[in-house]
Amino acid sequence: MAGKTLFDKIWQSHEICQNEEGQSLLWVDRHLAHEGSFHAFNKLAERDLPVLHPECTIGIADHYVPTTSRNLIAVQPKVRSVIQQLIDNTHHHGVRLIGLGDPRQGIVHVVGPEQGITQPGLLMVCGDSHTSTHGALGALAFGIGASEVSHVLATQTLWQTKPKRMRITINGKLAPGVTAKDIALAWIAKLGADGARGYAIEYAGDVVRDLSIEARLTLCNLSIEGGGRCGMVAPDEKAIDYVVGRPFAPEGEDLEKAVDYWRSLCSDADAEFDREVALTGEEIAPTVTWGVSPEDALPIDGLVPDPANAASASHARQIQDSLDYMGLLPGQKLTDIRVDKVFIGSCTNARLEDLRAAADVLRGKTVQVPGIVSPGSTPVKVQAEAEGLDKVFIEAGLEWRESGCSMCVGMNGDLIASGERCASTTNRNFKGRQGPGSRTHLMSPVMVAAAALTGHLSDIRNLRS
Amino acid sequence: MEPIKKLSSLACPLALENVDTDQLIPARFMKESRDVGYGKFLLHDLRFDASQSPKEFVLNDANASSAQIMVARRNFGGGSSREAAVYALVDFGFRCVIAPSFGDIFASNSVNNGLLPALVSERDCETLLSALNGEFRQVSVDLQEQRITLGDIEIAFDINPTWKLKLLNGWDDIDLTMAETPKIKRFRENYLNHYPWLG
Repeated sequence: MAGKTLFDKIWQSHEICQNEEGQSLLWVDRHLAHEGSFHAFNKLAERDLPVLHPECTIGIADHYVPTTSRNLIAVQPKVRSVIQQLIDNTHHHGVRLIGLGDPRQGIVHVVGPEQGITQPGLLMVCGDSHTSTHGALGALAFGIGASEVSHVLATQTLWQTKPKRMRITINGKLAPGVTAKDIALAWIAKLGADGARGYAIEYAGDVVRDLSIEARLTLCNLSIEGGGRCGMVAPDEKAIDYVVGRPFAPEGEDLEKAVDYWRSLCSDADAEFDREVALTGEEIAPTVTWGVSPEDALPIDGLVPDPANAASASHARQIQDSLDYMGLLPGQKLTDIRVDKVFIGSCTNARLEDLRAAADVLRGKTVQVPGIVSPGSTPVKVQAEAEGLDKVFIEAGLEWRESGCSMCVGMNGDLIASGERCASTTNRNFKGRQGPGSRTHLMSPVMVAAAALTGHLSDIRNLRS
Repeated sequence: MEPIKKLSSLACPLALENVDTDQLIPARFMKESRDVGYGKFLLHDLRFDASQSPKEFVLNDANASSAQIMVARRNFGGGSSREAAVYALVDFGFRCVIAPSFGDIFASNSVNNGLLPALVSERDCETLLSALNGEFRQVSVDLQEQRITLGDIEIAFDINPTWKLKLLNGWDDIDLTMAETPKIKRFRENYLNHYPWLG
């Protein structure tokens, strides 16, 4: 019998039973709830059900929070009401809340790892598709919808069909200027935005081993953009060192037992995957999106695709539709695309290393276009300020804001105008994602910093030399 | 939840790939209470221009309000986990979306709200879209038989067997799970013995 994958091991340890059709009832260790959970809490209220294990849910305010201040008074009443509902719902059910004004506040997928809520071997869910982020520390973590959230609140369990297993192996080394964001955009461009649909992804290989934990969080975060159910990296000593000592991490004797278990979490040498994908680190270039899906990604030294060269009529139509929406011409150099705004933020790329890397590019220089920097969490903001990064951004001409989802999803009103083009460290270039008619180009923090300095999409490798 | 056995209605041709959940319902509408009815937000920015005037778009066709079935291209409902995307489809009147691939989270949200995600091959999807030819036409979907019929075209569709049962019977997960409570309690005890730091 073939060995087990990392994913199989964690799945199995959480499986309570199976139904006749083979779906599994899984135990949920941790559930993170943001403001969007009001639909789920309302479903619970309709049936007059309590939260079964309030200690296993943690409320975190991020999607709707203002980034210009921490004061709710100035916030639009409907937005305020959504934030208030999270306060009321968590209070009513005795659920811990890391709310606006809490020094630990931030984007749920930044706060989880930062506070040690995220640990190897856990099964974690959140009503947010980027929950895949937490897999970077060896957790099985995935996004769910509001009905499933209400199910988790009521039962601390979830029915799931076991996904297939995919391993994405990246061997070799990354060139300077190439980041985890570029790896993710490269594989999504290769496989398609639904290429990993129905699969749990494990990232492996030299390049992944060499990535910092923060970079692995970026890589796993973007798993959902390729359709993956979750993304994981087997926990190594780097991951264990990261977790140990954080507020929610086990301590003392518990920690010793936990670490022993965490060290056992890896795919067996003879484990079989349903699909294997290989990438070579040296072949990955700084990558940007040109269209309206994360699969529309190309190396920065490329050209905007021409529908005339498309493999099929349907693909040609899809390219033309993207070009029309994005206001681009076939064959245009990607580096000739001018931008109106930049945004550095989101659960994808707003951790300390992201901010440091962007600040290194901007230090002592002046941006050509305005933009916002929103740190991934309040602790990230505090540390960045201690390092003087806020001053670097402000002196370069960018706005230094509070933490929240901000212009990644625009629910708090941080938006760009219709027709405007934004170089963004976020995760989705969907039509209207950053506001009606907005045009988003996804890229890494250093590439956004480069675009800010030149006013057009730019190759960080040239800027540095 | 209202069970689905067989649907027979006009089908709406939405001949687009990658209709993500951000397009199905733009984020700015999601702070509204469900009571307001989410149907008016469905594909809002494809339906209306900045001054709220209707654009030339299939959902603005007079037939759209009586369509219970939608036919779309690959990767329908990818992206954000927002269940509001399903609320928008359901509140508009849809009970079934036919496509060659769905976002995983969207598909499970659909089933939890009595919307059938009927998976067909790319080729069969193109056959249906060609037959519809941009028009609303009568289509029937038989869930028990997993069969779609349009005129003399008959196409099989796939659906996860648990989802099929849930939709056929209008079952609700919470009720099903509550019946397993003793098993869950036993599991939790063993689990916490095994992983004491999680207690």
